[in-house]
This record gives sequence, C-alpha cells and structure tokens, in this order.
Amino acid sequence: MNLIIVGLSHKTAPVEIREKLSFPSQTIGEPLNRLCTSYGINEGVIISTCNRVEIFAVTRDIEKGLWQLKRFMSDYHNIPIEGLDEHLYTYTSEDAARHIFRVASGLDSMVLGEPQIFGQVKDAYGYALQHRTAGVIINKLFHKAFSVAKRIRTETKIGSSAVSISYAAVELAKKIFGTLEGKSVMLIGAGEMAELAAKHLLSNGVQEIIVANRTYERAIEMAKGFNGTPIMFREFPHYLKRVDIVIASTAAPKYIIRPEQIDEVIKERKNRSMFFIDISVPRNVDPLINNIDNIYLYNVDDLQGVVEANMKERAKEAKAAEVIIDEEIKNFYRWVKSLDVVPTIVALKKKIEDIRKGEVEKALSGLNGLQEKDIQVIDAMTKAIVNKIVHDPVTHLKKEANKVEGDFYIEAARRLFDLNTEEVEVEKKIEEGS
Amino acid sequence: MNIIFFYITVIAYLFATFISIIYLIIHNDKFIGIANKVILAGFASHTLTIASRWFEAGRAPFVNLHEALSLFSWMVVVIYLLIFLRHKLTVLGAFVAPFALLLIITASFLPKEIIPLAPALESYWLPIHVSLAFLGNAFFAMTFLFGIMYVIQERYLKSKKVGGLYFLLPSLDIVDELSYRCLTYGFPLLTLAIITGAIWAEYAWGSYWSWEPRQTWSLITWFLYAALIHGRLTVGWRGRKAAIFSIIAFLILVGSFAIIKLFSWGAHAVFR
Repeated sequence: MNLIIVGLSHKTAPVEIREKLSFPSQTIGEPLNRLCTSYGINEGVIISTCNRVEIFAVTRDIEKGLWQLKRFMSDYHNIPIEGLDEHLYTYTSEDAARHIFRVASGLDSMVLGEPQIFGQVKDAYGYALQHRTAGVIINKLFHKAFSVAKRIRTETKIGSSAVSISYAAVELAKKIFGTLEGKSVMLIGAGEMAELAAKHLLSNGVQEIIVANRTYERAIEMAKGFNGTPIMFREFPHYLKRVDIVIASTAAPKYIIRPEQIDEVIKERKNRSMFFIDISVPRNVDPLINNIDNIYLYNVDDLQGVVEANMKERAKEAKAAEVIIDEEIKNFYRWVKSLDVVPTIVALKKKIEDIRKGEVEKALSGLNGLQEKDIQVIDAMTKAIVNKIVHDPVTHLKKEANKVEGDFYIEAARRLFDLNTEEVEVEKKIEEGS
Repeated sequence: MNIIFFYITVIAYLFATFISIIYLIIHNDKFIGIANKVILAGFASHTLTIASRWFEAGRAPFVNLHEALSLFSWMVVVIYLLIFLRHKLTVLGAFVAPFALLLIITASFLPKEIIPLAPALESYWLPIHVSLAFLGNAFFAMTFLFGIMYVIQERYLKSKKVGGLYFLLPSLDIVDELSYRCLTYGFPLLTLAIITGAIWAEYAWGSYWSWEPRQTWSLITWFLYAALIHGRLTVGWRGRKAAIFSIIAFLILVGSFAIIKLFSWGAHAVFR
C-alpha cells in the first residue's frame, strides 16, 4: 500500500486556479465517494482551503494512482489535465507522509506556523471518516500528523511570536509588564486598529480601558464595547498617570503628547513603566518621549519591524520543527512496515501451533497407559521442535520487513505457508498495536 | 576526595555554560533544559565537594580564598535553584552557569591545600559570619545578573530592534521585581554579616571595629546597597537606573574583595 498526494497551493497556483479546483465542504461527500469508487483509490482525504487543494490517497500502484488523482481533479472540475499539470505537485510514500505532517504543523503555510490549517486538516479528515473513505493507513497517518503538529507547537516556539501588528503590540506590552493583569489602557482616538489592539489587550487580562475621543458620543459608544470608561478628549492628559498603556490614533495633525508632559507623568508614577502605541499617521506622540527612562514608544513602522523580526524567529523555529518531523516520519514508517509483518508472523505461528496441537492429540489418542508426566514431556518436546523451526523465519521476517525489499519476504512467507491474513484481523492487530 | 568532586563540578559548570551558549544562539528550549539539568548535577557534586572538604579539614571549609570562592559559587547556585523552583525562570540558568563557572575556575587556580586555621580565628563565629557574608553576596550576585538581563532587554525594547536574546529574556517588570527581592534578602544578610564579624573580631582581637580594609569596604558596600534600597523604596528608582546601580555596586563589591585578597591587607589576611 502506498501513500500518494496530488495537490496545489499558494506556492504553485494563483488564486484563479485554486478557486476553480476547490471542493466546498458542504458537498465534499460526493467527490470523496467518486474518488474511491471510480478511480481505483483505496482510501482518500480531500483538503480544500483558500490556500490549498490536496488529495491524499492510498493506492497499490503509485504511478497509476497519481495519474488517477490528476484525472479525477480534471474530470471533476472539467479542466483539461494539460492546463492543470503545471500547477500540481505530487508526493509519494515517505515524502507524502512528510508533506501532510508539514501541512498540519503550519510549516507549509503562507504565514509560517499559523494555527488555522490544523483545524482545516482535522475537518478534512473528519469528512473522510464521515463518508467512510478513510481506512487504516489514513487513520494512522492523520492521527500521527495531529500529534506531530501538537508536539511541534509545544516543543518549538513556532506559533508563539506575534505576526500581526495588533498582536505584536500585546506581545511588547507583555515583555514590558510581564503580566497584563490589573493594567489599564487608554485609547485616544478611535481607529479600527486601536480597537483591535485594545480587544487583544483586554483578552490578555487588562483590567480597565479608558476611551477619549473628540466626539464624546463616539467615546461612549466605544467604551460600551469594552466595558470601559469614556472621558472628554481635553481631559485625557489628567488620566495619563493612571494608565500603563496608551494607544493613540487620532486624526490630529500634530503631536498631542509631548516629552515635558510625560516627564511629569512618569515622576508622578514613581517611574512605573508606560507603553505608548502610536498608530496614527501623522504621528500623535512626540518620538522624543522614547528617550525618557521607563517609557517605551512604538509607532506603526516599529510594530511592523517587530512583526518582521518575529517572522524570522519563526523561520528559525521551523528548522527545529523539521527535525521533529524527520523523527516522526521514521517512527511512522517503522509502523507501516510492521503492519504487514506483524499479522504475517501471527498467522504463521498460529498455523503451526494448530498443526502441532492436532498431531499431538492424534498421537495421544493412540497411546495407552501414559502418565500425566509423560504427556507433558511429549507436549513440551513438540512445542520445542515447532518453536525452533519457526524461530529463524520469524527473526528474518522481522529483520527484513524494515528494509526496502521487505514486502517481497512477507509475500513469500505468505505463499510458502499458504497464509491468509484477513484484512479484519490486520485491523484488529493495528488497533491493539497503536 | 574533595579535589575530585571539585573537578567534576568544574566540568559540569563548563558543560552547562557551553550548552547555555548554544541555547542563547539557537533558541531551542531543549538546550536550556539540558543546561539546567547539568547545573543541578554540578550542584550535587559541588555540595559533595564542600561536605567532603569539611570532613577532611575537620573544620568549616570557609578559610582560604579557594574555599571562599567555591562556597560563594555554591551559594549563587543554591539561590538560583530556589528562584528556578519558584518562578520557573529557565533562562536565568544561562546566566548563572557562566557566572558560577567563572568563580570556580578562579578557585581552581588558587592553592587548594587544606591549611590549619590560625588559633585566633577558631570560633563558631567563623562559619556563621562567613556563610552570612557569602549568602548576602550571592543574593547581590543575583541582582547583578538580573541587572544585566534588564539592561539587555531594555536595550532591545528601546531601540525597537527586537531579535536575539529579546525572545528568551523575561519581561522587564519581572526581572526588576526579582532583582528587588534579592536585594531585600541580601541587604539584611550583609548587615548581619557585618555585625557577626564585629562580634567575632571582639572575641579574636578584643576590638569590634578596627577599620581594616575588609571591614571598611564592607561598610562602603553596605552603604551602596542601603542607598539602592532607599532609592527603590522612596524615590521610585526602578528599571534601568536600579539595574545599572546593581551592576556597579556588585562590581565594586567584587573588585574590593579581589584587591584586598590580592594584597592581603588587614586582619582578614589571616585567611589566605
């Protein structure tokens, strides 16, 4: 059994192509069924998001399978394969497993390490389960992919640094204040971005939000949304000493916060730090205040700089993530290989044990006057013979199963001993093993 | 025996420092985890070093400079481990490891023979005075390390060029708070050390205070840290100013200690 993938993503196809090839989730059952009934695919999952369309499948013949998947995409969306091919990538066997691990962990995403894709892959797998197109291998593969993604999330910091401006502001606030519990924020002016940043701050534990705006009604309206306190615009300087974080986003053409003012404020605060976020253009806060001890001022460009630095840090973390993936791929393939060898060995042992038991019983029924001890000796002797005979083939099967030509040995063992390892039995074995 | 343990300790701290540096460069949490385990192992062997030396010398091993530096670095690690247990501040290990290494490497170059104690100094005040003094100094060493961490992190935040250590170092307020707490432990300990030292001096030489260099500098250090506490409590010194003050005060403390030891001035010279 081989794992194959045919897909396209933001890296290989423009949005015009991606949208044409997408599979809406409401009607995903239909293509899933069609894939597994008419295209010779054993198991299949379709992942379709705005950034990628991928078909994961399990098939016996790799070349044929890839061709069938491409044909399926082209048939289903009525696009000739010729026009499609340049945008498609394919992965097979180990590369395919690696690909799904990377996708689920966000390593293949536009924003490195973004968490949404995890949910999307989970949904896609859910649809396959629901429509019964996921079998043993897909089950194991996807479960593994989810655990790998979780492991990467906990063992690396790939998702920990902020990659949007408003989150970057929250992150900086945390680097200054440690915790945001009990801190208070003042919004001066009402911009969309200011509101967003305030929301994030609030969900990170900020206690109080004060809203100042030139039109008092708008201040009241905004304050309502945050359960905050509206104040008159001209009052805001008096509140400065009370707040730890100030977000300025007014349309004022000049600086509304000046160094002399902040010199006073910080003295009154006994040097407790303040964080100013100036997201207005033209700027509202005199950049000179950044020179005052315990005052930190960031404007839009500064925040953008933080976002870029974080992106670089994520790229660094991604390297650590790739190491984890390599490790997990090895584990996964050890399992895949054992999938064939374990039931074969079980069946082999069972068959020989059945023969032995039958023959011992036959022999005993023809013998008279044997003591219980004698019977035990006979039983033990036959067991020993059988075990010694089976021992070598079993050891070699186990050893060879991990090699490239492992399949050949397993197949040979099955034929030589005429073993029929039932699919059902295999699955049972896997459930126990995993 | 104590020498074997001593070198095991040196190797452990060296190894921990090496792993810490890797951590600071590649930011992989695995490394700081390992570094902290190695520090713990080093600490265990360090404890055995001091215990076995105590046993072999038949007296508290706080007498010559080798012993003093070994004890000092041991106490720094003790305090680090306590802070680690309470605050899970893993990155601190990356600063403590090189610091402990520096102390213990210096100790390794000093004469390690066990010398008999001058009869004048034989008193139970010796272990009490010396451990109080070094425990206090170990807390000041932590304020020094926190000071460095603060200054680095503050630099990143002020310059708005985040990167490198910015991702690893804790928040400014947390570092500042911990530094302050270490100060509030270190200061009373230093005060007690000076008092017990004076009492011991009275027993040994019949005079509480003789203005010998070590005593004088202890007093100067005491005033420095008193000023820092006062500044923090009443004037609202915090952040960078307090951090830099902690760094300088500790450098003065270590510098005066080193110079006095080097030239062996005064009554404390008996300790050589």
